[in-house]
Amino acid sequence: MLHTFVSYVEDKPGVLTRVASLFRRLNLNIISLTVGRSERPGLSRLTLVCEASAEAGHRIRASMFKLENVIDVDDIAGAPSVTRELALIKVAATKHTRSAIFELVEVFRARIVDLAPESLLIEMTGVESKIEGLIQVLTEGDNQILEICRSGKMTMRRGHHTSRVLRAMSQTAESDPEESASQVQQAQEGAVIQPE
Amino acid sequence: MDTTNTTPSPNGHQTTPTRLTGSEILWATLVGEGVTEVFGYPGGAILPAYDALRKFPIRHILVRHEQGAAHMADGYARASGKVGVAIATSGPGATNLVTGIATAMLDSIPMVCVTGQVSSKVLGTDAFQEVDITGVTLPVTKHNFLVNRAEDLAPALRLAFQIAKSGRPGPVLVDITKDAQQATALFDFAAARPAPYRPHPMLKVEDSGLAHAAELIRGAKRPVILAGHGVLQSGAMEQLRTLAERAQIPVALTLLGLGGFPASHPLNLGMMGMHGEAWVNDAIQNADLLIACGMRFDDRVIGTPATYALKAKKIHIEVDPAEINKNIKVDVALVGDLAEVLEQLLPRISSKNQGGRDGSAWIKTIESSKGAVAVRDIKNLPDSGHLYAAHVMHDLWRITGGNAIVVTDVGQHQMWEAQYYHHEHPRTLITSGGLGTMGFALPAAIGAKIACPEKEVWVVAGDGGFQMTSPELATIVQEKLKINIAIINNGYLGMVRQWQEFFYDKNYESTPLVSPDFVKLADAHGIAGLAVRTRPDVETAVAQARSHNGAFLLNFLVEKEDSVYPMIPAGSGLHEMIRRPGKNPLIERSDD
Repeated sequence: MLHTFVSYVEDKPGVLTRVASLFRRLNLNIISLTVGRSERPGLSRLTLVCEASAEAGHRIRASMFKLENVIDVDDIAGAPSVTRELALIKVAATKHTRSAIFELVEVFRARIVDLAPESLLIEMTGVESKIEGLIQVLTEGDNQILEICRSGKMTMRRGHHTSRVLRAMSQTAESDPEESASQVQQAQEGAVIQPE
Repeated sequence: MDTTNTTPSPNGHQTTPTRLTGSEILWATLVGEGVTEVFGYPGGAILPAYDALRKFPIRHILVRHEQGAAHMADGYARASGKVGVAIATSGPGATNLVTGIATAMLDSIPMVCVTGQVSSKVLGTDAFQEVDITGVTLPVTKHNFLVNRAEDLAPALRLAFQIAKSGRPGPVLVDITKDAQQATALFDFAAARPAPYRPHPMLKVEDSGLAHAAELIRGAKRPVILAGHGVLQSGAMEQLRTLAERAQIPVALTLLGLGGFPASHPLNLGMMGMHGEAWVNDAIQNADLLIACGMRFDDRVIGTPATYALKAKKIHIEVDPAEINKNIKVDVALVGDLAEVLEQLLPRISSKNQGGRDGSAWIKTIESSKGAVAVRDIKNLPDSGHLYAAHVMHDLWRITGGNAIVVTDVGQHQMWEAQYYHHEHPRTLITSGGLGTMGFALPAAIGAKIACPEKEVWVVAGDGGFQMTSPELATIVQEKLKINIAIINNGYLGMVRQWQEFFYDKNYESTPLVSPDFVKLADAHGIAGLAVRTRPDVETAVAQARSHNGAFLLNFLVEKEDSVYPMIPAGSGLHEMIRRPGKNPLIERSDD
């Protein structure tokens, strides 16, 4: 099955190598990986998708936590969440074929972000299937696709869910140490190990 | 340097920041972390650090190969429970450490390795003796650092020590560029303290889990405790013993767990797994409850997961959440420090007198299954004219009273040691279990002796493994160490030969081994030695080695084609053991 992990990691040289190396060691192919700045200074947020057996999720998450630079790991699994991907698609287009492409772009709620004499650049955000749908109709319409650049998936849980570990950590900074220790403790109770 | 003002106090706790070079910060931080001995080898990129060494109260042990430095730091850590420290230069010095680092990683040994690195200006240019050692060691360290500024050194080193010894321990490497060693920075040991240790967020010991575990223990008819390295790492010997005694549960040990529960204890079954005795593995296969304490169901212990202890419920007490359900699915996982978890579990366990379980019937069943092959005492076996390694191990155990620190290499002798030398106390067996590193014994023993100078230390090595690191004999002499060396010399790479005998039609390809005269080799180093060929000579030779003032080497010329029994072929189940052959003169009967 597909596993999606959302993780906060320190924004330092070599951290991505450590995460990637863990998956290499476990002989798991990373299907998609996006990394960027998060709402927290000094922390990057990454969304990683990989194919592994259903029971592997626990060990992957536990192993990611063992990396010193990894602050938090969330296994999205089947939880309600929003996943998006960004695609830039460059299509060959002359002034005669443009309008047909404009219509498609309209239907898919994509945008034209660059227009050149012989090509168009389409920006599209959505779930994977929607992006693939646009690519498919473009291809079927005999449009020559010149380049595709896809960002990989970004995932966020729905609702008011913030990692309890992170929440406790931000409180740690403000409150006295003993109280925050118990808060971190409580937060860690969210990380339950379920023996099969 | 004005030593009156700037040398840190011996405990390193400076109160006011002082401007020091990176090299001085390195040593001052080590002193502050309580380091008194380091094992290393100088070279270009670490020379500034060596230049500053004499100002600090640290003993440097010069090794003959950096692999030896890593194994010594490892042996030092295993013998003392402290963090071992190894130092090497960049490039080949650093890569030579790698086998030793991997050895420590697989056995979860707290170790800090410091390597020199080329100057930050030329990093990544293939400069002379440059190697990307943080890249190379990434999969075999718990964590590593590249430090290229003097001001980052103290925080990185202090964090390295914290990481090395916290949670599940492991090796940490700190790579320091030459310019960072030469530059100056303000040094404030206290201010360089890392943030409080953050335990693995998936640690989990719930009341419901403890209650479930206690209920399983109460209801068990045929329980076995599986005790591993975690018992020593966590210092849970007392708690383990209380659990075993109170609930009357026999204890089987992993190779690295030996010493965690006294060998002479009536509830001690002995070592489990590939070369464990048959009654131990049979008890596990027939158990209805396994209580795994600080062990990781390694493949050398379980044979194959497909047939492992299928009738047993399993409780796993373990500090590393990534080990839960890795090889064996368990029913109750108590994820935390072993001693702490057992402390929480023990109040829920009652003794037989208080209405707890009665273990006598199960213990009797195990006792009776020992039968004719029980290894009890082979002292009184008639002398068949052959010298067997088992004899040597047995006599060594008998003469040293089981109180010596025995450091083994890897192979047949290692298994014989585990079978015939009965360890009463923790940290008295030092051996490479996870990685199985040949050449480990001699340097690791040097580390152990440095850590515990008052202890009797024995190296037990095969003729193959001994030659991998034998230049460290010179280190023994230079450091004036009293270490006794027993070479179990059978002229073969014995364990490989045994596999060839069993599984490759006795095709002894590349396993016969020509060795130097080890006694002459020792003599060339100024170490006394003796060759031993017969059983009656073992006892006197061991006594002579012990009483000799200085290191002593015994070359035991043992039976060439002896094999380690019993044995579970790789990938087979625990009940599918190859037992001792009937005509083997080593068959010991329970009445011997």
